[in-house]
Amino acid sequence: MTSTVAVLGLLVTVVVTSEGWSNVRETFFSPTDFADAFPAVLDGFWLDVKLFVIVEIAVLVLGLAVALARLSRTPALFPLRLLSAIFVDVLRGVPTILVVYLIGFGIPALMLSGLPTDPVVLGGIALTLAYSAYVGEVYRAGIESVHPGQRSAALAVGLTEGQALRHVVLPQAVRRVAPPLLNDFISLQKDVALVSILGPLEAFRVAQIEASSNFVYTPLVAAALLYLCVTVPLARLLDRWERSRRR
Amino acid sequence: MSAVLEIRGVTKAYGERTVLRGVDLEVAEHAAVALIGASGSGKSTLLRCIDLLEEIDDGDVLLDGEVVTDPSVEPVAVRRRLGMVFQAFNLFPHLTALQNVALAPVRGHGANRAETEAHARELLVRFGLEGREDEHPDRLSGGQQQRVAIARALATRPRALLLDEVTSALDPELVGEVLEAIRELKAEGMTMLIATHEMSFAREVADEVCFLHDGLIVERGEPDRIFTAPSQPETQRFLRRLLQAGRL
Repeated sequence: MTSTVAVLGLLVTVVVTSEGWSNVRETFFSPTDFADAFPAVLDGFWLDVKLFVIVEIAVLVLGLAVALARLSRTPALFPLRLLSAIFVDVLRGVPTILVVYLIGFGIPALMLSGLPTDPVVLGGIALTLAYSAYVGEVYRAGIESVHPGQRSAALAVGLTEGQALRHVVLPQAVRRVAPPLLNDFISLQKDVALVSILGPLEAFRVAQIEASSNFVYTPLVAAALLYLCVTVPLARLLDRWERSRRR
Repeated sequence: MSAVLEIRGVTKAYGERTVLRGVDLEVAEHAAVALIGASGSGKSTLLRCIDLLEEIDDGDVLLDGEVVTDPSVEPVAVRRRLGMVFQAFNLFPHLTALQNVALAPVRGHGANRAETEAHARELLVRFGLEGREDEHPDRLSGGQQQRVAIARALATRPRALLLDEVTSALDPELVGEVLEAIRELKAEGMTMLIATHEMSFAREVADEVCFLHDGLIVERGEPDRIFTAPSQPETQRFLRRLLQAGRL
């Protein structure tokens, strides 16, 4: 504890006694700029909140579909297995920001009628695809960790494959992978900011505009605080959950 | 007396490894047939094949005279008519004892929930689990878990029970309570095929003993005859080894 205080104290001292500190304080931590920019940034942040809630739900569903496709055994479903394997490889292998770019600018460029053109929707789709690849693998690990005897027992009592999955295998699998799932969601909550490159006025984008119009960075700090407001509680929740599971 | 279960020339291989080489077996109504043999002789595989948990390569399995291994037969419906109890219990750890027993009738077969739960409670009480209905499996002893598994297998009111070395994973002091449960089932006339390493129990409870060796039933007969005067050299060797190990 004392060593932590000492190290932190030293760091703070180094920062605040640095030559540029007064400048940094003015551009990054100005209370008046903060108060000026905060309402607009908060306004933009609601778009982030809406977006990640919807994307999280979509990811939970699509990720499960990807995992089940990869784990299917029937020979007839081989194309589906191959497709889901490629999906996971490609979307995990490409930086998320590139996925947002390619979907966000690529789909409208096709000029096909019926396809969405709203950048928020396109950004949401891009994030859903990218995160479903990760979450699909998390689900898959969970399902594979359930002992095969559980499936045997479920079939032996007369459940169908689908019922065995729904009532026996999945409940156990999801419980086991809840921590990594939540972890991916913390990461998604901040990656929502990537949608800003397509133009929608979400928190980071609003903060950027405010910042460049006044030549100050304080609005970005305001945005950072807002992201922390949603990611930190989720992280604590995750910690508590893991502690209670260990008991 | 007609056979509830009839197995005709069943073969099963996993890749290069042949596990069953043409097994013939009948279990008559109300009869208990004990399946004995060394580990790896194919006992578990045979039971799994009968319950359609494994696909057989050749031969037929008949349940009440119907060929259930025919591709046109829906395996789910067949498994409901058979009960299976596993060596490692395989209880559903996320469900309570009562939910374990009631899951299949309620979720799978759309049975009335209240009726099913009443039946499930009755089964649990019958196997000495009164008061433990709402415990999860990890709070029960091995013997209690296996008795829950027996109740679960009976919840679908099966025609026959398949017991796969149900006492092999138990601490020695817990074996007795599970054997007692099976003894009761036998007394009530349950049709059973019992793979077991408990020779004295096989001798006591079985109407017929089948000795499985290397994927074939090499000898079968009355328990007393098999255990005192086995005719086949493989059976003699197996029993001699058990005797030397103090297991007979």
